[in-house]
Amino acid sequence: MLSKVAERVYWTARYLERIESTARLISIYDKLLFDLPRSVQLSWYNLIRINSLQADFSERYAVQDERNVIKFLLGDTSNASSVVSSLKAARENVRTTRDVIPADVWYMINELNLYVSENIMWGVNRSKRHEFLREIICGCQQILGTLYSDMPRDAAWKFLRIGRNLERADMTSRNVDAAVAAIIEMQDVDEAVNSHQIIWLNLLRSLNADHCYRRTTRDTVHGKVVVQYLLANTEFPKSVAYCFNSLIESCGQLPNSEALMKKLSSIKKEFIVDYPADIWGQSLRDYLNDLQIQIIGMHQDISETWFPAWD
Amino acid sequence: MQQYWKDYDPAGFYDELISTPGNARLPAKKLISYLKSLSPEDIDVRRNAAESTIQAMGVTFTVYTDEGNIDRSWPLDIIPRVIAKKQWDVAAKGLEQRLQALNMFIDDLYHDQKIIKDGVIPEFVLKQSANYRKECEGVSPAHGVWAHICGTDLVRAGDGEFYVLEDNLRVPSGVSYMLENRSIMKRVFPEVFESVDIAPIGDYPARLFDTLSALAPRKQKKPVIAVLTPGIFNSAYFEHAFLAQQMGVELVEGSDLVVADDDCVYMKTVAGLEMVDVIYRRIDDLFLDPEVFHKDSVLGVPGLMRAWRAGKVALANAPGAGVADDKVVYAYVPQVIKYYLDQDPIIPNVETFLCYEDKQREYVLANLDKLVVKPANESGGYGMLVGPHSTKKERETFAGLIKANPRNYIAQPTLDLSTAPTIIGKCTPEPRHLDLRPFILQGKSTYVTTGGLTRVAMKKGSLVVNSSQGGGSKDTWIVDTEGDKGVAPKVNTAKSQAQSQGGEAK
Repeated sequence: MLSKVAERVYWTARYLERIESTARLISIYDKLLFDLPRSVQLSWYNLIRINSLQADFSERYAVQDERNVIKFLLGDTSNASSVVSSLKAARENVRTTRDVIPADVWYMINELNLYVSENIMWGVNRSKRHEFLREIICGCQQILGTLYSDMPRDAAWKFLRIGRNLERADMTSRNVDAAVAAIIEMQDVDEAVNSHQIIWLNLLRSLNADHCYRRTTRDTVHGKVVVQYLLANTEFPKSVAYCFNSLIESCGQLPNSEALMKKLSSIKKEFIVDYPADIWGQSLRDYLNDLQIQIIGMHQDISETWFPAWD
Repeated sequence: MQQYWKDYDPAGFYDELISTPGNARLPAKKLISYLKSLSPEDIDVRRNAAESTIQAMGVTFTVYTDEGNIDRSWPLDIIPRVIAKKQWDVAAKGLEQRLQALNMFIDDLYHDQKIIKDGVIPEFVLKQSANYRKECEGVSPAHGVWAHICGTDLVRAGDGEFYVLEDNLRVPSGVSYMLENRSIMKRVFPEVFESVDIAPIGDYPARLFDTLSALAPRKQKKPVIAVLTPGIFNSAYFEHAFLAQQMGVELVEGSDLVVADDDCVYMKTVAGLEMVDVIYRRIDDLFLDPEVFHKDSVLGVPGLMRAWRAGKVALANAPGAGVADDKVVYAYVPQVIKYYLDQDPIIPNVETFLCYEDKQREYVLANLDKLVVKPANESGGYGMLVGPHSTKKERETFAGLIKANPRNYIAQPTLDLSTAPTIIGKCTPEPRHLDLRPFILQGKSTYVTTGGLTRVAMKKGSLVVNSSQGGGSKDTWIVDTEGDKGVAPKVNTAKSQAQSQGGEAK
């Protein structure tokens, strides 16, 4: 398969994953803020921090309120990671890889794109936001389902899988980091203990993990157990460990991957297999930060292996 | 809709569907009576359904404007254009005949030029053709075929007969829209397809694939085929992607290809370089290879001409094929057919005046207000003068252009282009002029699409059908009226799908 097509397929998967996780994050955050006591200083702006978009945000908006954050994350075309931008980019990638992507996916992404651009105000205003986000999430899942059901398990499929799992590992680690950061910030508040529970539960919910967490761990919601589950559980499809395993499996099925495989395995060993279950607080945040840097590095290694700038 | 159809008046033009006010032509009878049974609201609903289907299917074309490139939804009118199968079969023969002769002509031009030596075509016509490529002399493409894919524009005049308006032998586009129009219509008017015997058109991509496969220089079972596109900013990108997908071949840009020292063409894949056998190129000759043509072209592939001349890769259409869609050459096609095939043309040309012939030029200059003047080497309807719609100043400009470069202009009478009912506004059928672009394939064998792409001028009285200039399109039905669909549905006696959880199939 053409390197360029492989790269576009990889990015299609990353953008689709990004759209869904952003929509999910916003819809969960809505509920989280309702649940927390007023004395807890947790703001919408946290969503900007999760995605490391502080600099981009401050270029566009002065006020860090709900409306601006939502606008920035959903409808802002100057934000390359917004839902609208990601959707546009995903559509453009599908448009240029129609020779390897099922035709239905092309129709679906057109429909989703039309729906979002026609109804973007529903997302910004509260009354219909839930319905709007729901449609986006369903649209993404419909596409994923079609890919899963109809794609031959050829090279294109492997690049889709690589893109999806890399983006997932990235988003999961960011979500965990944001929760840890929020917990550290609210140490002093009286209602802290109760609020911790709410935050961990919402972290699980934003990754659709609350139900399987309970079934797997047979435990109530505790910070350390949650973090351990989201990083190291090998069965939950959004855990970093699961994503790494899938990623490594797909890479191993593609040509010229020997050097990359060595690197990926050593990252997995260092960050997942040898994950120090007892670290907490700032040292956990440092660990997560290092993990993020490794994920960014993985993208570069994948690019160099299969999408090189040919001379 | 009864009243709408009683009011419908083609004003003396040959109408494709209506013979006399209120009466449908034979192949369109079922369609018209069905349309009459719909209410104006029904028509509006179907029209909207077609529009949203087009958006969901992402059927677009790109228009270049001062503000950048705009992706527009493909314009489809929901009333199909209907042609009787009997008449079409004759036209299809004529199109095959024409392309065969043109390919023999091109091959002759790049070898012995017998047709010039025998005095059938004056030498300077060739010498001054902008699309003659010296670089192609002496090359012998497979099967002696240069133009593998041809889009020939047909018009129907007042007498109800088809005429050839022009041949497009370079990179003709539109076939994807022909195919998509049919898919859209099947969704919007499923009922009609049950009762009318409409010939299917869906086999074009398979035929194109076979045509391309047969060109592979390496004799292997599964040649590697690629569609070479200039990229997403090209007006026909949709079509390039569509055809690659429908054929199951690679869609590549120039930067994905490289010509190595062995003169072979390779594409850059995730597993390294992979050899390419056949390239269906949708890039104009002059941008194909910066080593030979435009030096600053970034769309092409350095060394591609070298690879083609060495016979390491097949290009469709072959470089230089455009020499035969010069509009001056067009005027000679009847003689070309006679010369190579010893046959009379089955489809006539439109009467054409050659401006380099003194007498004909004088006539053209004296009658600019009645004629259509076309430059010899332009396509897409650009650089034309439509006499009856022109201003005095435009006519003066063209008179100057013709005098300065007579070889570069031809003129044709304004044709009484046929009309067909077209929905204007929400639901009113009004007559609009149209043409027809069938696609002809030639490689080891020949093939003509069943019908083609019907393009329609959406403005009242206008003859300009190009989508880049506001034209629309119609699904084209070749209808067999000889016998009705009378086949009884087959009864399936195989085992039914009746397994279910917790029980045996009964």
